[in-house]
Amino acid sequence: MPREMVTIDANEATAYVAYRLSEVIAIYPITPSSGMGELSDAWSAANIPNAWGTVPTVMEMQSEGGAAGAVHGAIQTGALTTTFTASQGLLLMIPNMYKIAGELTPAVLHVTARTVATHALSIFGDHSDVMATRQTGFALLASRSVQEAQDMALIAHAATVRSRIPFLHFFDGFRTSHEVNKIEQLTVEDMLALMDEKAIAEHRARALSPDHPVVRGTAQNPDVFFQARETCNPYYNACPGIVQQVMDEFARLTGRQYHLFDYAGAADAERVIILMGSGAETAEETAKFLNARGEKLGVVTVHLYRPFDARALVKALPATVKHITVLDRTKEPGAAGEPLYKDVVTAINEAVSGGFAPFKTAPSITCGRYGLSSKEFTPAMAKAVFDEMAAPQPRSHFTVGIHDDLSATSLTYDPAFSIANPKTVRCVFFGLGADGTVGANKNSIKIIGEETNNYAQGYFVYDSKKSGSVTISHLRFGPDPVRAPYLIGQGDAQFVGCHQFTFLERLDVLKYAAEGAVFLLNSMYGPEEVWDHLPREVQQQIIAKKLKFYVIDAYEVAAKTGMGGRINTIMQTCFFAISGVLPREEAIEQIKYSIKKTYGKRGEAVVQKNFEAVDHTLANLHEVKVPAAVTSTIRMRDAVPANAPEFVREVLGGMIANQGDDLPVSKLPVDGTFPTATTQWEKRNIALEIPVWEPDLCIQCGKCSFVCPHAVIRQKVYDPKLLAGAPETFKSTEAKFKEIPGMRFTIQVAPEDCTGCALCVEACPAKDKTQVGRKAINMAPQPPLRAAESKNWEFFLTLPDADRSLFEPTTVKNSQLLRPLFEFSGACSGCGETPYVKLVSQLFGDRTIVANATGCSSIYGGNLPTTPWAVNHEGRGPAWANSLFEDNAEFGLGMRLTLDKQQEYAVELVNALAPQLGDVLVEGLLKADQSNDAGIRAQRERVEALKKKLTALEKKEPRARTLLTIADALVKKSVWIIGGDGWAYDIGYGGLDHVLASGRNVNVLVLDTEVYSNTGGQSSKSTPRAAVAKFAAKGKGLPKKDLGMIAMAYGYVYIAKVAMGASDQQTLRAFLEADAYEGPSLIIAYSHCINHGIDMQKGLEQQKLAVQSGFWPLYRYNPALIDEGKNPLIIDSKEPTIPLEEYAYKENRYRMLLQSDEARAEALMKAAREDVKKRWELYRQMAAIEYNMRNPENGGDQK
Amino acid sequence: MVDLSTTYLGLQLKNPLVVSASPFSKKVDTIRKLEDAGVSAVVMYSLFEEQIVHESLALDHFLSQGTESFAEALTYFPDLDHYNVGPESYLELIQKIKAAVSIPVIGSLNGISSGGWVDYARKIEQAGADALELNIYFIPASLDISSQELEQTYVDLVADVRRQIHIPLAVKLSPYFTALPQFARRLVQAGANGLVLFNRFYQPDLDIETLEVVPNLVLSSPDELRLPLRWIAMLYGRVQADLALTSGVHSGRDVIKAAMAGASVSMAASAFIANGPGKAAEMLEEIKQWMEEYEYDSIKQMLGSMSQKAVAEPAVFERANYMKVLSSFDNRMRGL
Repeated sequence: MPREMVTIDANEATAYVAYRLSEVIAIYPITPSSGMGELSDAWSAANIPNAWGTVPTVMEMQSEGGAAGAVHGAIQTGALTTTFTASQGLLLMIPNMYKIAGELTPAVLHVTARTVATHALSIFGDHSDVMATRQTGFALLASRSVQEAQDMALIAHAATVRSRIPFLHFFDGFRTSHEVNKIEQLTVEDMLALMDEKAIAEHRARALSPDHPVVRGTAQNPDVFFQARETCNPYYNACPGIVQQVMDEFARLTGRQYHLFDYAGAADAERVIILMGSGAETAEETAKFLNARGEKLGVVTVHLYRPFDARALVKALPATVKHITVLDRTKEPGAAGEPLYKDVVTAINEAVSGGFAPFKTAPSITCGRYGLSSKEFTPAMAKAVFDEMAAPQPRSHFTVGIHDDLSATSLTYDPAFSIANPKTVRCVFFGLGADGTVGANKNSIKIIGEETNNYAQGYFVYDSKKSGSVTISHLRFGPDPVRAPYLIGQGDAQFVGCHQFTFLERLDVLKYAAEGAVFLLNSMYGPEEVWDHLPREVQQQIIAKKLKFYVIDAYEVAAKTGMGGRINTIMQTCFFAISGVLPREEAIEQIKYSIKKTYGKRGEAVVQKNFEAVDHTLANLHEVKVPAAVTSTIRMRDAVPANAPEFVREVLGGMIANQGDDLPVSKLPVDGTFPTATTQWEKRNIALEIPVWEPDLCIQCGKCSFVCPHAVIRQKVYDPKLLAGAPETFKSTEAKFKEIPGMRFTIQVAPEDCTGCALCVEACPAKDKTQVGRKAINMAPQPPLRAAESKNWEFFLTLPDADRSLFEPTTVKNSQLLRPLFEFSGACSGCGETPYVKLVSQLFGDRTIVANATGCSSIYGGNLPTTPWAVNHEGRGPAWANSLFEDNAEFGLGMRLTLDKQQEYAVELVNALAPQLGDVLVEGLLKADQSNDAGIRAQRERVEALKKKLTALEKKEPRARTLLTIADALVKKSVWIIGGDGWAYDIGYGGLDHVLASGRNVNVLVLDTEVYSNTGGQSSKSTPRAAVAKFAAKGKGLPKKDLGMIAMAYGYVYIAKVAMGASDQQTLRAFLEADAYEGPSLIIAYSHCINHGIDMQKGLEQQKLAVQSGFWPLYRYNPALIDEGKNPLIIDSKEPTIPLEEYAYKENRYRMLLQSDEARAEALMKAAREDVKKRWELYRQMAAIEYNMRNPENGGDQK
Repeated sequence: MVDLSTTYLGLQLKNPLVVSASPFSKKVDTIRKLEDAGVSAVVMYSLFEEQIVHESLALDHFLSQGTESFAEALTYFPDLDHYNVGPESYLELIQKIKAAVSIPVIGSLNGISSGGWVDYARKIEQAGADALELNIYFIPASLDISSQELEQTYVDLVADVRRQIHIPLAVKLSPYFTALPQFARRLVQAGANGLVLFNRFYQPDLDIETLEVVPNLVLSSPDELRLPLRWIAMLYGRVQADLALTSGVHSGRDVIKAAMAGASVSMAASAFIANGPGKAAEMLEEIKQWMEEYEYDSIKQMLGSMSQKAVAEPAVFERANYMKVLSSFDNRMRGL
């Protein structure tokens, strides 16, 4: 079978091989490797066979640790097995990796190398995870490109069965895993040709079987363990040879020759860089470029890093080498050097002393770090490394790619240095996530790669925000293979597309444009008037760089052709029309072919809609006659306002403006600590429409504010006198709060922070009696309101927050007088999680510490540049931290233990110092009622008084000094442990169970979206039966785990199941009760999610239907009631009133199964209906049990 | 032995009781049960142009929503192999029903435009349908569409579909036409072999507590028979097409009335939904007994026997008829 040229990313290229060479695949989602698991699951669901004709079994596990365990078991019983992972996931596999390697069992782990979380989490690429496994005994095989990722995947699978050494095959996360490139795809015949059937048979023969039983995993003692450990040496010694043999066979098959260490460069090179991963390709291309200009440079690419074959390394080096620099894409603080460097030093040393070196004089060896967390590694940086080697005293232990003004480690480099191939076309596109730009560019690069003779590469840079996110696509294509694993540089692009006009005022889009480049702008202004609407800086660049400037009103074309907000096809057509990659007619034919291929299975209407968009595009594409002079008075906006704090302006502002790469080391916090309340400075203006309040209709119920995911709609009651000086359009009405009479009331929207989700309008119950379509809150276009409402918002912020001691927040209405201390997050527009998080911040924020599991809530809660956790007027607010995905419950418990211990110690010290402190204060402190805000305020005042006294005492009384440091522990503190269902039901379940069982006073909030939302919707044990999710592509066949019921078994855990769209009051009550309960609390909160495939504006409606159908019964289980002789279980929702389908089939996750496999959908839905019925019946019976047993010790009867 | 057989759209039917387009035809099993109960043909539920387009666009929207925006979640759903958002599953169902039952199966197509979707008519024919019912279902809300334009659209559509297929074609109409007889004739001239009177619209209701407009479909009631009965009676013998009566057929007597007015067949669904498929057998038995009691030999004998053409006072179906009902109603009121 001939090999095809395909244009795919490395995840797909690798999974393609791994799937075909495996029988059992254990999977678990983790960025950036999830794609490999998703493809495997989808292929298995579609019954695609492996190379031997059987469909691999794909099993999702509860964690990477679980996946490693399953791999271990599968290989022990003789299966060909693989898994995919990265970063912390790989770290969780380490214990099993030792075992797998120790038992000499073949297996392959494919790893998208990703940063391990230290001072911060990063989803991006470096080798810190892989380096943490180099001692496990696994072979480590590195790829540096998409083509290599596929090829090395095969080499790893072939070599593992022959060598018995398990393999970890890795490539750079995102840079390689997500780069789309044109590669030659291997055939199944290629794969089978390298797989040694005899070795496979031997692997199976070694498997555990009762037919020929053995024991593995014994406990050994000092007498033999050491000797036994040394028995594996021959296998490790043989492994490099086997790998090279497989590589040689591979070369005979495909023509692509790899070596354990591949040398490229001048045969007589004097300066050589040694490195692995994608950076090697950059270094090699740079050396080639510089050698052509007279330099003598070389690069060694490390493929087989473990077992490390020193002889093969030195053999690869030219005898002329005088200086070697080893570059590591990892940091090992405190080490004598990073790992690859130390390996090379050892190898060279042994080669020289052992006499097998090709050179007489040992070269000098230096080292450096580059590319942590996908930091760019460009030819300019590679050149700086080569240049440094030529210095009289080359520096070592340097960094390259950053400006280290703290420890002066960094090399300087010339950012203007470029090795760009003149035959390659480079294009940069700016888009919004929602407009489909990336999808269109992936499509374009596929068309160019697969339908022309060109080579093509695409790489896509995404935002840290989930709503209103900016995407930047970097596309290269041309007659030569594209070996450039770095972004297109400034002034290097021949084509710049800006798909959103508003970007021009905040992003320097044209910095990428080369002289004479094409600039395509999606503009509501036509060719005649657009010039006058461009910022001055844009006009300057267009003129200075002599750009050819085109405009199209893509949104108008999209609206006319039914495309809505998706302008992908339109902009793609423009790109092909202007760029001339293909003749216009042919390009349009290819685009249409591609539309049919991409969308055909979604139905003819979709295809036709896109065809129509293509057909209407060219008539609306216009070239702009560029004037000779800059005329604009419009200036680009500052990233943050001038009145922002210094740190926000200088550090976060740089990140917002896409200039974070330029920040020097000294500007960044040393330990990952950042100030809170910074989202307020990042005005994103992403809403097309915002809510407008109608005071005449408003009933002041607070529902709009309650449900707002971004805390942009707020209410205040205040003294009427404060309205003096209010902006002209500031609205107010008489307040209707009985506890605070005689006040004015305002609902105000933050116009520049709103995402326009309209959940508030959906929640608003007040309708105009003369025109029911008009509510007390209605959406209206943002631009005309922006200026006035921004002023109103600023004024609103100057009004004082309501005095918390004047009212109880026990009603939805009252609760919304509390200031949200979680605001303007980057969560999806209409997010179903954030309203719950915000509620925690309102009710308890000034005394809460949050332990946040990794996931959506840690990303919108803690992703830079700005973070949403905020402070009140006293500077108090939630303190927040994220540890890991799997340990969040334990992390939160640790916090509780400290708080309790400190409180206990403080009480001891207060008692000890009582004589000096005075009885009144001591008694007040120790017997304080802190059950409400008034009580907490009084205690804070007492603690302040205490501190004053202690300050006076501290000189003569050391215990006073100690008490001063922990006195705040006397004020009640809440610990909220927050995370999603992936954490609570799966990876963190063991810890959660233990923490709930501990009886300690922690509050657990599970934001239940029923999938791993943050990684794109993989199934968890919370995923309901009959729903489709990634890793459950056939529809989940088993019911949702009942976490609440499991926790009820303890009898002393407060549990509530809530859905604010169904009952906001029940939600509020549950949160208040959970916090008040002096023991562990668990709230499971229905969180509608983009992963459900719903119109997010209807999220609350879906919550209501979920409850009405009985799918999500509302209840509270309050153990405190048992002492009162009451049943602790209170069901707060009614018996199901609508069929499950009425709820479920409004969601794409259920409907798509109906559309793809109706028979299975019906069978699963029938079973799901039974699930609902049975669960309801069980709850009903449990809630009906008599609990009138009085504790005899308390003098009651026991029935 | 009375002869219940009838001819509709050239199809020889064992009796005039046909299952109208309804959810019954979504399952082979229920159709089989109705066949066992004696119905003579089944009209499939409608393949809705609007529905197909909507499902396709909705699927695309939700599969695309939020994608390629955030690095960790470039998509939100697995890419499944195929989706039955086109007419394929409908066509497969026709094939399955045809294989499972021996009564004729009439496909039903619902649409308002003359676009590419009329291809579906041909596909329904290819799937084995014995005839096609074109269910034109359109609420003319625009102030800019005149009745002439609207009627012309219908006529063009019928002609378009006629060109696509060789099997008989029936057109199901709404009662809201100003000059129904003339319009009916135009439809027949455009190629309709039969007219089905009338389809029933989903009528929205108002919830006066929540102030929401709520979609609502209630089962037909026997009173609804009157409207189609009159128009069948008026059209019978005057347009060259078979007539079918639908709406309000709940008993054997209703079927007899329809036949006497001129309907070759009566179509029922609400009666079966409310009482189960066994209701068909009851209705047929009722017809038989009535015919025996009143000594009718066959349905053909009574067909159109009380149509406007056949009654002694044709005007009774026209305006006077209205006056008479009104006065009898007044008399009843007075009698209270």
